[in-house]
Amino acid sequence: MTLFDFIQRLLGREKPSGALAKERLQLVLAHDRSDLNPELLEQMRREILEVVQKYVEIDLEEGDVSLETGDRVTALVANLPIRRARPLVPQGNADATLAAAPDPEGTAAVGAGESLASGPAAPGLSTTEDRDPLEASPIP
Amino acid sequence: MTTASARIILICSGKGGVGKTTLTANLGIALARLGERTVVLDADFGLRNLDLLLGLENRIIYTAQEVLAGNCRLEQALVKHKQEPNLSLMPAGNPRMLEWLTPDDMRTVANLVAERADYVLIDCPAGVEQGFKNAAAACQEAIVITTPELSAVRDADRVIGLLNSQGVKPVQLVLNRVRPKMVANQEMLSVDDVTDILALPLLGLVVEDEQVIVSTNRGEPLTLNGNGSPAARAYVNVARRLRGEEVPLIDPSKQRRGLRARLLDKLRKSGTF
Repeated sequence: MTLFDFIQRLLGREKPSGALAKERLQLVLAHDRSDLNPELLEQMRREILEVVQKYVEIDLEEGDVSLETGDRVTALVANLPIRRARPLVPQGNADATLAAAPDPEGTAAVGAGESLASGPAAPGLSTTEDRDPLEASPIP
Repeated sequence: MTTASARIILICSGKGGVGKTTLTANLGIALARLGERTVVLDADFGLRNLDLLLGLENRIIYTAQEVLAGNCRLEQALVKHKQEPNLSLMPAGNPRMLEWLTPDDMRTVANLVAERADYVLIDCPAGVEQGFKNAAAACQEAIVITTPELSAVRDADRVIGLLNSQGVKPVQLVLNRVRPKMVANQEMLSVDDVTDILALPLLGLVVEDEQVIVSTNRGEPLTLNGNGSPAARAYVNVARRLRGEEVPLIDPSKQRRGLRARLLDKLRKSGTF
């Protein structure tokens, strides 16, 4: 490590490469181990979102369905912040009408890797362990 | 087929050049020095190197191939080590022929040598193709060796998956060529990172050691001449753990931490980054 690197890191600008290696490895192994091709995964993600949207209104910006791996087991993890349950009567404010079910196709373009990396934005995404597959965390 | 009394252990990695053959040679010598009758079986017949590391390259006349064909007796193909008579080498074949080696052939050979040994170590070829499948068919348990590099760990993971699906048990891990300084600076995957990801029990930890190259040049495995160097000590410890001895594992990256590493740790804890 050069002095420049050290200063960069001290300033918090650069992550040590060891941590980056672990992150990249975990992501690639999640896919290696599951043997799912990206196309199938994408299709599955789209269908899952469609089903979930039938019942609850979810935040598609924050939502994420991805593969995670730990202890040689790959889990499909869906983190879908719920705005509100569908059957509830709308409260009558302007927001409620605006937020009416966005097109599920809109999320289809989000790649598993990218949305995982943008984790800290969503509650509960910053920890990768000890999570139940298919958990859904509500927006506070 | 006879049930072998020996433990038949596959040494594999997936990726080439991570230290399979070096581990096989050193572990073979170390076990032999601990009084175990040991046979090292070079399953990598296309690119065989185990003879070279053991300094036995000029003494190979027959291979397992001739034994299987009935052209020689088993004793003729087993090459006894000069300084360590408890250790013998069995080359699976020579690089020119042997398209016909099958998983059954390997199983037969391994069981044959197992009848007169306590340990049979199979040096597996790199890759996950036929050579690996042949070698894996002959073993009961396995040691996966890897280095703390992305590609090596990824390939090791693939091999572990294949071994699991074949019911090979136990599968243990040796982490090779660890650079404690780089780990302390967090510029290399740590021991914990690798064991977390691969989820295997750690059988041994070998630090990067220039003496390994010197010993290869001489054709004398490090474990042959006492255990002066760090790698030699690590190999002997692997042998002892394999026999069931309790030998504590010392993570070299956690031993002598420099001021800078400790300072960085403190900063991280305080939430600076």
